[in-house]
Amino acid sequence: MSFPILSTMILLPIAAALLTIFLSAQAARVTALGTTLVLLGLGILLWDGFDIGGPQWQFVENAPIFGRFAWALGIDGIALMLIVLSVFLMPICILASWDSIEKRVPEYMAAFLLMEALMIGVFAAQDMFLFYIFFEAGLIPMYLIIGIWGGADRIKASYKFFLYTLLGSLLMLVAMLWMSREAGTTDIPSLMQYNFPVEAQTWLWLAFFASFAVKMPMWPVHTWLPDAHVQAPTAGSVILAGVLLKMGGYGFIRFSLPMFPEASAQLVWLVFGMSMIAVVYTSLVALVQQDMKKLIAYSSVAHMAFVTIGLFAFNRQGIEGALLVMLAHGLVSGALFLCVGIIYDRLHTREIARYGGLSNNMPYYAIFFLFFTMASIGLPGLANFVGEFLALVGAYKANSWVAAVATTGIILGAAYMLYLYRRVAFGTAAGEDTASMRDMTPREWLTLAPIAAATLWMGVYPESFMAPMRNDVTALLARIERTAPAGDAQLKMGAAKPAQTHSAAHGEAH
Amino acid sequence: MSIVDSLLLTLPELVLTGAALALMLVAAFVGDKATRFVTLAAIAALIGAGMSLGGRGVGFDGLYSADAFSDFTKLLIYLAAGVSLLLSTRFFAAEDRLRAEYPVLVLLATVGMGMMVSATNLLTLYVGLEMQSLAAYVLASFMRKDVRSAEAGLKYFVLGALASGILLYGISLLYGFSGTTDYHAIARSLADGVNMGELFGIVFVLAGLSFKIAAVPFHMWTPDVYEGAPTPVTTYFGTAPKVAAVALLVRVTIEAMGSAVASWQQILIFTSLASIILGAVGAIGQTNIKRLLAYSSINNIGFVLVGLAAGTEAGVSATLTYMVIYVLMTLGSFACVLQMRGANGVHVEDIQSLAGLSRRQPALAAAFAIFMFSLAGIPPLLGFWAKFVVFDAAVAAGLMPLAAIGIAASTIGAFYYLKVVKIMYFDEPTAEFAPVSSYVESGVIALTAVAVSPIGYLAIPMLGAATAIAAKALF
Repeated sequence: MSFPILSTMILLPIAAALLTIFLSAQAARVTALGTTLVLLGLGILLWDGFDIGGPQWQFVENAPIFGRFAWALGIDGIALMLIVLSVFLMPICILASWDSIEKRVPEYMAAFLLMEALMIGVFAAQDMFLFYIFFEAGLIPMYLIIGIWGGADRIKASYKFFLYTLLGSLLMLVAMLWMSREAGTTDIPSLMQYNFPVEAQTWLWLAFFASFAVKMPMWPVHTWLPDAHVQAPTAGSVILAGVLLKMGGYGFIRFSLPMFPEASAQLVWLVFGMSMIAVVYTSLVALVQQDMKKLIAYSSVAHMAFVTIGLFAFNRQGIEGALLVMLAHGLVSGALFLCVGIIYDRLHTREIARYGGLSNNMPYYAIFFLFFTMASIGLPGLANFVGEFLALVGAYKANSWVAAVATTGIILGAAYMLYLYRRVAFGTAAGEDTASMRDMTPREWLTLAPIAAATLWMGVYPESFMAPMRNDVTALLARIERTAPAGDAQLKMGAAKPAQTHSAAHGEAH
Repeated sequence: MSIVDSLLLTLPELVLTGAALALMLVAAFVGDKATRFVTLAAIAALIGAGMSLGGRGVGFDGLYSADAFSDFTKLLIYLAAGVSLLLSTRFFAAEDRLRAEYPVLVLLATVGMGMMVSATNLLTLYVGLEMQSLAAYVLASFMRKDVRSAEAGLKYFVLGALASGILLYGISLLYGFSGTTDYHAIARSLADGVNMGELFGIVFVLAGLSFKIAAVPFHMWTPDVYEGAPTPVTTYFGTAPKVAAVALLVRVTIEAMGSAVASWQQILIFTSLASIILGAVGAIGQTNIKRLLAYSSINNIGFVLVGLAAGTEAGVSATLTYMVIYVLMTLGSFACVLQMRGANGVHVEDIQSLAGLSRRQPALAAAFAIFMFSLAGIPPLLGFWAKFVVFDAAVAAGLMPLAAIGIAASTIGAFYYLKVVKIMYFDEPTAEFAPVSSYVESGVIALTAVAVSPIGYLAIPMLGAATAIAAKALF
């Protein structure tokens, strides 16, 4: 194999992290920005070098240096897009923390670089245990980021984040140990083709579900997320919402669905039930929030529910839609957190009532905020629309009740986002200090403009993002189609009165 | 095998005994001025004993066995003893309590440990264990004018004697019902069914040994002894005797009771889970770092027993891997504790005094954080690998409930390790610590921190091969 680009992308930020610890604050900022930009360049090279329609796994590296497991890396289209998302958001995070982080800058930058290495590792790992190590190791830098640079109540939030996600993941580890015994390999591509005994699948699926549902996060194990988001510094929230939450969805695609198709089909009611509650409940909760970050955090839970609904629809539209929602949400919610960060840096409060009338004194900011608000609602032409629409179409094929309930989430989403926007940007300023806030600085332009461009690109021409992933979805469908539960929406083109048969109610009851 | 051959097998013990006797004379005639020399000589003796390992065979008509297993564990014991000796001089010098007898006692305890791990007869086991314990009682109360130290020694002695009594009772039951004290003969006797007397014997032996490894429900002495004993002694207690006692337990369960796995497996499963959970819960309220580490050691012993409960070759190999990594983490954390000295040079043990350490002494805080995360078993630190192998062995042996409950309970343990990290990194700095002035302590911290960092993963194939060979010797 030629140049080990994936290893470089993992080891380079680690080396840079070790270096930044010993630098001064300004040098650490520059080093971190430089490193993340180099990684962005490598990510673009990766995208460019990815052969669509070529072998499923590309850029494969394998060095069995750990005895029981190997340093095995390789990506398919799905991993590629998530890696590109990570390296795209990372320089923006560094820029967003440029001035707002004042204490212990070198350590902060080191934690972020470490985070980046681990995120790329998670998406690139082709060995189950290597995946687990990257997956879990991310807890340490994130714990420190929330705990050291977070808000007033940061200690509780950091504990909650750490222990919640740890407990979920440990059960997954037991399942992994059993699987490596049963299948005799730790190689993820081989495991994705291995047929585990059906009776064992249920347990394995539940163990993985414990981990991914927490990471995702799904109702009712989402409660760590609002706390973590509110307390984390802006860039921490961006990474949390933009990339870390995607690890849950990635896990479903990589492990739960292809490795345990029978169990996935059996337990689809659980996923649908939890997602339906999540969409409605967290949207309603978001509606009454007084804290901007909390509101966006709850909206993340609701959006992630579209991902789970789409993934477990067992059809192409659903899965492709879910993937696009993951990417779009990574961009849009990241941008929304940046928007909150920009005004938080000026007024040092996230309380919605303290703002108002920002469209008068911060017109450019108001435009960007409106743009991302609309994207979050799912305005056609912007990123979220494509994914959410596809996911709902897929869901409708699988279960029309789920689709109906999930669609209310879009209406509620419009309600809480527009309500937020009205209170922040329109009306009159809550005080002198609010009215005298300056508009965006060039640095802040640099953080928001690229995301806006990407959001527009994804909304207008999603094919660029979909193309690398299409073959992987096909491969996944080939694995799971035989177990797909029968849908209740018997669509027939042209028939005068489509027969309506409700499947024996299971998904609906919760 | 002639007596000379048998004696040659015990060469490591002979080296240590000879060195201990000679150094005792030096200590007696030169006095406390010779402490530094005696310490260095003792370390040299440990290195010499380590180099004289390698004999193979069963000596003294089946009383003593030198094999890969005993060699492996002895190396680990010598390493732990040597490092804790290295760490001791500065501590005792600062307290003006340099005593030349200290290294001698450590050597004698180490001889006892050598006997413990090589014993293939219940009587050798008992003699080795008592030899180690007697020296350990004195070590615990070594700062005899310090009330806590004296109390620690007394508690250790009374409870240790009780444990020895229980163990001896179990041994006598096993002897009475099987007619032998030889491990292999006992195994043959147990193979044709375990009668009530033998079962009681097994239970009592395991209870006595649980005392020695500080497994729940026989763990009560640990926090008090760890807190009361001088820190270098605690370092020693936390490592070498733990390795010896665990190795002894492994040998007894596998070699003597290997034919009756079903009768001891559930006992180990219970003690294992109880240790994991109680060790974790008990640590939460602690304010003294040494007590915290004591509970952490109880917690860790629980994980060690997970591997042993599997009762397989992979399980024994996992247990040994765990012990290696555990020794590294413990040596490192106690070296950090030794650095916790207030501005006036007095040692502090209050966890709260670590507040804001990451800003006062970033390197020390980083190392301590590495040990804490590693003890909690968070990847990519090596502590994760230790837990990985024991749970892997348990899963392979079909002990899914044990693995699931044990691993879930390790979340509770993570909580208090995180608390230490939180205090060091999130809290505002308080009083300064005295600056680091010891190359030995810093060196030990640096080396162990690197070893448990992700770099340590590169040693996994080697470690795996070595422990596999050692485990194979028992089957």
